[in-house]
Amino acid sequence: MSEMRYEAPKTVEAAVALLAGASGTLRVLAGGTDLLVQMKSGRVDPTLVVDVKGIPEMTTIAVENGGFRFGAAVPAMTLHEHAAFSKAWPGLTEAAMLIGSYQIKGRASVGGNLCNASPAADSVPALIAAGATATIAGPNGRREVKVEDIATGPGKTSLGKGEIVVSFFLPARPAHSGDAYLRFIPRTEMDIAVVGAGINLTLDASGKCTAARVCIGAVAERALLVPDAAKALVGTTVDAAAIEKMGAACSAAAKPIDDKRGTKVYRTKVCGVMAKRAAAIALNRAKGAN
Amino acid sequence: MSAVVSEKKLKVVGTSPDRPEGVPKVTGQAQYGADWTLPGMLWGKILRSPHAHARIRKIDTSKALKLPGVKAVVTGADFPEQKFEYVGAARVALNFWHITRNVMAKEKALFEGHPVAAVAAASPLIAAEALKLIEVDYEVLPHVIDVEEAMKDNAPLLFEDMIPRGYTPEATKPSNISKRVDFKIGDVDAAFAQADEVIEAHFKTAPVHQGYLETHACLVRTDADGQAECWSSSQGHFAVRNLTAKITGTKVADLRCHAAEIGGGFGGKTVVYVEPVALMLSKKSGHPVKIQMNREEVFKATGPTSGASMTIKIGVMRDGKIVAAEGIFKYQAGAFPGSPVMNGCMCSFAPYDIANVRTTGYDVVCNRPKTVAYRAPGSPISAFAAESALDMAAKKIGMDPIDFRLKNIAKPGTPTVFGTKLAFNGFAETLQALKAHPAYANPPKGKNQGRGVAAGYWFNGGGESSATVSVNEDGTAVVCTGSPDIGGSRATTAQMAAETLGIEYERVRPIIADTNSVGFTQTTGGSRVTFATGMTVINACNKVIEEMCKRAAKIWKIEPENVVWEDGSARPAGKRAGEFPPLSFREIASKRTATGGPITAAASINAEGQAPGFTAQFADVEVDPETGLVKILRYVAAQDVGRAIHPKYCEGQIHGGVVQGIGWALNEEYIYDKNGRMENAGFLDYRMPVASDLPMIEAVIVEVPNPNHPYGVKGVAEANIVPPMAAIANAVQNATGKRINELPLSPPRVLAALDS
Repeated sequence: MSEMRYEAPKTVEAAVALLAGASGTLRVLAGGTDLLVQMKSGRVDPTLVVDVKGIPEMTTIAVENGGFRFGAAVPAMTLHEHAAFSKAWPGLTEAAMLIGSYQIKGRASVGGNLCNASPAADSVPALIAAGATATIAGPNGRREVKVEDIATGPGKTSLGKGEIVVSFFLPARPAHSGDAYLRFIPRTEMDIAVVGAGINLTLDASGKCTAARVCIGAVAERALLVPDAAKALVGTTVDAAAIEKMGAACSAAAKPIDDKRGTKVYRTKVCGVMAKRAAAIALNRAKGAN
Repeated sequence: MSAVVSEKKLKVVGTSPDRPEGVPKVTGQAQYGADWTLPGMLWGKILRSPHAHARIRKIDTSKALKLPGVKAVVTGADFPEQKFEYVGAARVALNFWHITRNVMAKEKALFEGHPVAAVAAASPLIAAEALKLIEVDYEVLPHVIDVEEAMKDNAPLLFEDMIPRGYTPEATKPSNISKRVDFKIGDVDAAFAQADEVIEAHFKTAPVHQGYLETHACLVRTDADGQAECWSSSQGHFAVRNLTAKITGTKVADLRCHAAEIGGGFGGKTVVYVEPVALMLSKKSGHPVKIQMNREEVFKATGPTSGASMTIKIGVMRDGKIVAAEGIFKYQAGAFPGSPVMNGCMCSFAPYDIANVRTTGYDVVCNRPKTVAYRAPGSPISAFAAESALDMAAKKIGMDPIDFRLKNIAKPGTPTVFGTKLAFNGFAETLQALKAHPAYANPPKGKNQGRGVAAGYWFNGGGESSATVSVNEDGTAVVCTGSPDIGGSRATTAQMAAETLGIEYERVRPIIADTNSVGFTQTTGGSRVTFATGMTVINACNKVIEEMCKRAAKIWKIEPENVVWEDGSARPAGKRAGEFPPLSFREIASKRTATGGPITAAASINAEGQAPGFTAQFADVEVDPETGLVKILRYVAAQDVGRAIHPKYCEGQIHGGVVQGIGWALNEEYIYDKNGRMENAGFLDYRMPVASDLPMIEAVIVEVPNPNHPYGVKGVAEANIVPPMAAIANAVQNATGKRINELPLSPPRVLAALDS
């Protein structure tokens, strides 16, 4: 029964100062849908909890350079309800909306989902596929980092002492772009991904794929960007053969484990299946069928 | 034996009124197990073994006792020793030497989560801290989880001196096999030799938890003279009283138990876990003590029902007649003997007329939590094997699965493998009702789609129940029973009371009285309450009517034999017919003081004549060939309910049993690591179905009244969970051509079968 200090700073700088200046077990609290569960079950017993929900730049969605910047503590439901955001990034929005029940989605944030660093986090493959960058603030100021460089393994991130993820930036969307995220769960909701796959692609006017990013989840120690899968699509019309090749590249890149949620063999195969199905959805979206 | 009341005369029975306790439940005012508090109350917490199997060398509680706020600590040494003997009927025999050790370990911890000590402290946080200060010196032993492994000669033994029972000649070597049971009729081997086709297959099921939402919780207070009082969530507060009294050495009359509202039981709340611990802590500390389990504790240390390994052999003639059947059933008992394997042996072929049957069961201990009753305990497990094999047989000879079953149904007079003859109709009517469902003629035709049929049998129960009925001056009646209400029994007993008395349902207030306020009543289980408790309520109401007629006679100054009760009023009859206007229930009630005082009646019964539950069901499924996901497209379940007292609750029971069966079929299982520790002790990874996983379950209520109950009641709550596992496995086979004989049919298992 150690004592816990709770702080709710109003600025990023104040939050960073608190985290940088304290010792012991430090935790950042956004929606709390992971942290509070971990605290109640005794898995973590923090000495300092810094609540970031009172920091405006961490809880707002804004248009920036034709793209979107959204705070790391913005709840999934707020992304979903933001008409322009969810229209531009339906795949990422759907991925965030797969996190838990409605009550959970009203609190859970993409920043929290990323920094909790579960390999099965639903919003992360979609965010990486989208090519998002994160703004990180720390004692030495701010830096921009690719999202795929943040989580390093289960429960581990590349964040340094006193650093927090402030916001995410999604670049302006070229015409004929679409994204999608699908996960496999044995039920229909209220579950954790056995595998997940996020895809973001852009077509030219003739329907040829000019850019693609493919990221698979729950098949390695962190979400995996699969360049070979993207290569299988770029330059094609995303026809059945290309999609098949892309799925095979995902299965080839996967390095899952056997655990209570699925077997190695199963995950290897089904991550390819999910990627193929997600690609079909992303393609439709890129062709304008939102 | 009374004649069944004609349907035409019924006013309240057969309607579906709102539940009498509904408003407090939906407004959050109802008191469940964890909702009780008392001044000076302490919080109890239980220290549990982290090991699947370990000898307890020493427990040092001194540091915990020194922590400020800690008021008492108990270990196994605090509980009185119990005699080693099996008491009661073989099917439900109890051994208190085992029961007390399940509540609190003594020599050994036999499963991960086994209680080894408990504390009572001023706050939950202090209690949790105190648990960390208890030092247990364990000698970790090799463990065994799987039933086949546990039966092997070189398996680690849970009880070094356990000699298997039920062998001839008697077994002499210790084993994890607690007991062997066998049943036989006819000449099985000769019949197999003559059969046109013989089907043989091996099956496995995973243990599954009852999955009630409300975790176990209780509050216990004790008086200085040894009296005690307990509020807890259970299916039977009389069982809580009797078990807790025995385990703690309390006189039965000195322990008053109250039935809290219950958030689900399904058989899992028929035993005690926390009540005896809270009582001992309360005795030691002198304070009331509350204990509430969390979900992890529920998964690791309560329930489940058995996982099993089974072999079925069926001999069939080309015309569809089954001539021989054999089943070998190996059921996990968990850490102490007492799996429902005997039920499995008895129920597996019970609804069929098969002249030559042999069933053999093995009750096998292993390092898992002790199994507890779960909805038709034992029958769904053996039915998965038997009904899958029947499907294989029907396919082999090219018969429709319903016609195949109809050709072989047991009728009144058909002998069963367990000796008695079937005495009731209902199975044929149920199969015919399923066949008559409009969807049966239209099986799914899409790609990767298929249909499976299965049937189920359950004994249903009778037994001891008590009730008192008190009439109030405003013409209302209070009906007290001793049956905790887990499935709408307050509504149905109020309906039967209102029907019998001839008054409106709203004028009957049904309550569940505590153990010192109503006569002994067995646990709510075995689908017995609407039948047995209903019958004793009806009997008490008839006594009230008799008394009401006497009061009317007194008012009219006529002979009591010339008064009859019709439509809720006393009327002069015989030679007095028409002499006075009728006196209503309310009028007589208002004159009670002048006519002889309070009008109350008590009745008790040991009800017999219960009829078994029959059900037949079909599932339509679609299997995703790339992921192995099984989607249930349609589910139709027909069940003989005798007569539906409350049709909506009958439907609800059918829905509930089928949903639990779907979970059992598709995803539910216990996952252990190599150290015997459960990895999925929570609802996230112990995958019960969620609402969006399910289709609309179409319940077909079949009514073949039970002649032994005034309103024709047959138990409804359990038979419905028996067929879904086989129905779904049969449907998956039909959809994919692959038969999977091991549960659950989880996506990895199905995909592996498809890819094989």
